[in-house]
Amino acid sequence: MVTSSIKSPEIKFGECNKLLLEELIFYGISLGADFVELFIENSDNSSVLAEQDFITSVSPSFGKGAGIRIFKDKRDGFVSTNDLSKQGLMRSISQAIEMLDISKETNYSEFNGLNKLKDYGKSKIDWLKEVPTINEVSEKLLLSTKSLKKNNKVTVRKGSYSRNWQEVIIASSDGTYVTDIRLHQTVGLNVITNDSQHRSNGSRRFGSHGVPNEFRLWDHEKAANEVCESSMNMLYADYVQAGQMPVVLANKFGGVIFHEACGHLLETTQIERGTTPFSDKLNEKIAHESVTAIDEGLSEGSFGSLSIDDEGMEPEKSILIKDGILKKFISDRAGELRTGHKRTGSGRRQNYSFAAASRMRNTYIAKGKYTKDDLITSISDGLYCKSMGGGSVGATGQFNFAVEEGYLIKNGKLTKPVKGATLIGDAKEVMPKISMCGNDLELAPGFCGSVSGSINVTVGQPHIKVDSITVGGR
Amino acid sequence: MKMNAKEITTQISNSANILNIEKWDYGASFSNDYSVQVDKGKAKQLKASQKQVLTLRVWNKKNLVGITTTSDLSEKGITRALQQACIASEFGNKNEVIDFSPLSKNPIKVKEIEKQNPLGIKKLLTILRRAESKLIDSHESIKSIPYNGLSESFYERTYANSDGAFRNYSKSQAAIYLYARAEEKNKKPRSAGSVKLGYGIEDIDIESCIEEASKKTIAHLNYSSIKTGKYLVCLSPDAFLTMINAFSSIFNARSIIDGLSLSSKDSIGEMISIPALNIYDDGLNDKNISSAPFDGEGTPTKKLSLINKGKLENFLHSESTAKIFNTKPTGHAGLGSKVSVSPDWLVVERSNDCSELNMTLEHIEYKGEFVYIEELNAIHAGVRASQGSFSLPFDGWHYINGEKSSIESATVAGDIKYLLKNIINIEKKEELTTSGISPHVWINQLSVTGDE
Repeated sequence: MVTSSIKSPEIKFGECNKLLLEELIFYGISLGADFVELFIENSDNSSVLAEQDFITSVSPSFGKGAGIRIFKDKRDGFVSTNDLSKQGLMRSISQAIEMLDISKETNYSEFNGLNKLKDYGKSKIDWLKEVPTINEVSEKLLLSTKSLKKNNKVTVRKGSYSRNWQEVIIASSDGTYVTDIRLHQTVGLNVITNDSQHRSNGSRRFGSHGVPNEFRLWDHEKAANEVCESSMNMLYADYVQAGQMPVVLANKFGGVIFHEACGHLLETTQIERGTTPFSDKLNEKIAHESVTAIDEGLSEGSFGSLSIDDEGMEPEKSILIKDGILKKFISDRAGELRTGHKRTGSGRRQNYSFAAASRMRNTYIAKGKYTKDDLITSISDGLYCKSMGGGSVGATGQFNFAVEEGYLIKNGKLTKPVKGATLIGDAKEVMPKISMCGNDLELAPGFCGSVSGSINVTVGQPHIKVDSITVGGR
Repeated sequence: MKMNAKEITTQISNSANILNIEKWDYGASFSNDYSVQVDKGKAKQLKASQKQVLTLRVWNKKNLVGITTTSDLSEKGITRALQQACIASEFGNKNEVIDFSPLSKNPIKVKEIEKQNPLGIKKLLTILRRAESKLIDSHESIKSIPYNGLSESFYERTYANSDGAFRNYSKSQAAIYLYARAEEKNKKPRSAGSVKLGYGIEDIDIESCIEEASKKTIAHLNYSSIKTGKYLVCLSPDAFLTMINAFSSIFNARSIIDGLSLSSKDSIGEMISIPALNIYDDGLNDKNISSAPFDGEGTPTKKLSLINKGKLENFLHSESTAKIFNTKPTGHAGLGSKVSVSPDWLVVERSNDCSELNMTLEHIEYKGEFVYIEELNAIHAGVRASQGSFSLPFDGWHYINGEKSSIESATVAGDIKYLLKNIINIEKKEELTTSGISPHVWINQLSVTGDE
């Protein structure tokens, strides 16, 4: 109904909602729930697109909503709604209770009220006022698309900016009562270069969390140079010849392969589904001894960092793999309940309309001792993947990734650029083949789409060498 | 939740008057969704959501357009959305004049389909549990159904503008997906699945979904690697439609204007395929469960020929691209700050000009060597639409002398222009998929990368 969400009392952002939240949680518990969690969100987003030398799109959006999760035994029911009135939220709780077929007689849990509010957003209250205005964003994006105009072969130039501001209230029947403010900003540059029948793309994305001023400091000239150089290098490239070969994957966004091919398999959601080959491999060797991998939510300003996860827990630094040995899984509340792996502050969701799930934050392979040159010179015939495109992992763990910018390695030296390469394999087979890690770890922002929607993450690694992998081509 | 679209229109109109906004339009959707997932007989996640989204556009005194999207449909929320849209309009695109669709008040045909009532979570759960159990029992190697879901959705969509256009429809939709995982000793796990759609749960042929998922998964158990090389390839209806959809920028006027298409404004009439190929976009097709009678700008949906006997015949248009191309919008716009254009539901058929085809190539009967591509994966990663190239992993079989073996892991690579011009057969029988209708299509000499 049009007027349904304006009836009071209702959740108010920036005010104390303790009594109302306690009443709602008690209502759920009294109906027989083991556990009740409320995730309430207020968002204010904006995006701007510059094409060639004009602003072609400015899209603000805002909204409010709640996600309510009820646990009974190991089952959970989730209801999302835009109706933040007490009546609307109680209706949603009843709906979740009904879905789980809970009767009052089976209720053994207690609710002793919410803890004192932990306000993680207190110091962030002015972030929304401090971010660049649409005017500032537009001017800088136009400067960046102008910088992409390197020569007449660059035919398409695009710059995009998006800002997501989110205020959350999380309350649950274990006493958790927290609020937080999150701010993510991202900017991307894309070009297409053309010369007769030759065509190539170039793109880069930059992003940060919790740094309102970040976009103002962004070096658009340097970014534009990188994007154009990449696209021009690939313009006349031949198609790569398919086959098995050693490869060197560049640092920064090269880490997307570890994220997709191995990281997801270390999430407890995969253990629950029975789709990870690593579920019974804790404290066993799953990777080459040169590999140590980390997932954390703590690096200041990184795109995947957070003060609290979407279940109200502070994030921890999780060493997933230490010298090739599997040490930990990435876990959330449901994961702990169903698999026994302790929560790691990794319960994440796109927004209120998704239930939280175990998801990665800033995930990377730790630096090793080699230089990039050490890795390249160790290969007589292989491929250097300087820039990776997107990829995916199938239900049985096979992955494939497009190489956006690749070069052949011949006799320990980089030679000609090649296009059309795809890296194909599965984590179980590839992880033991990462034989050398460089000393140049760098991180890159990205978006990860999975069971609880699209979330902000960081991927990363130093340069790494994979001894042998299938390279798809023509 | 019940939508009151007329009330929202009145609310927007009143608020716009107060803010001195004379020209506006909006698109809104309201939905109630219910879904269940199970894990070996136990309920895994049960989900319900009610969602409302409103996208508002306003025109300022300089005729520039601004937009805002919100889920807050209170009077306060609508006023704020109008105010934000006004601010955004100051940055409106000066190079492209946007207007209401000239067809936004034309009569539309709203398909009369009896909306089904929600079955409710408990019944969904019972049905899915039964389906999961039956699929696991169908073969000893099927150990789990890691990806499964049964959902029903009830939604209402509206478009209205300050010029008096008002369009509204509501419908119900249901879907089931079952992806089984099978494993045999000393072999890699294999996975395959099936998806079925209907207007309601009762319309869905759940038995055929179970049977299809089971057959596909079991068939892939005996796999072997394939040698890298060039092969005669048969694309399943689903795979061919996936490929055409991935390269639909060829037909997309927005992509042409933005320099992202392989086509140009002058490409209409060009032979881009063999003469035996016809492709339509047919959003109103009776078989299209997701059909919508109008697009994001209120333009009526219609059947449009895209490729006729190999020739590019029409582009897909929004209001603004149609104006630039001096034609009419085609009903393919998505409302946004920058209006997007996309196909609805593709129908591929063999034309009557099929003398070039080798009709002996029928995937059921052909005894020679070929690769059968059942499903293409990772489209977002492996397609370079603006370059025309693709390199995609697939699930499929290697046929030799009528014997088939599942391909362990492979990718197919090529170029869409080459593919369309090297079609050597379009089988007669057309099959219904979730994204359209197509027969099997044969391509000569595509590159396949395997593990050998």
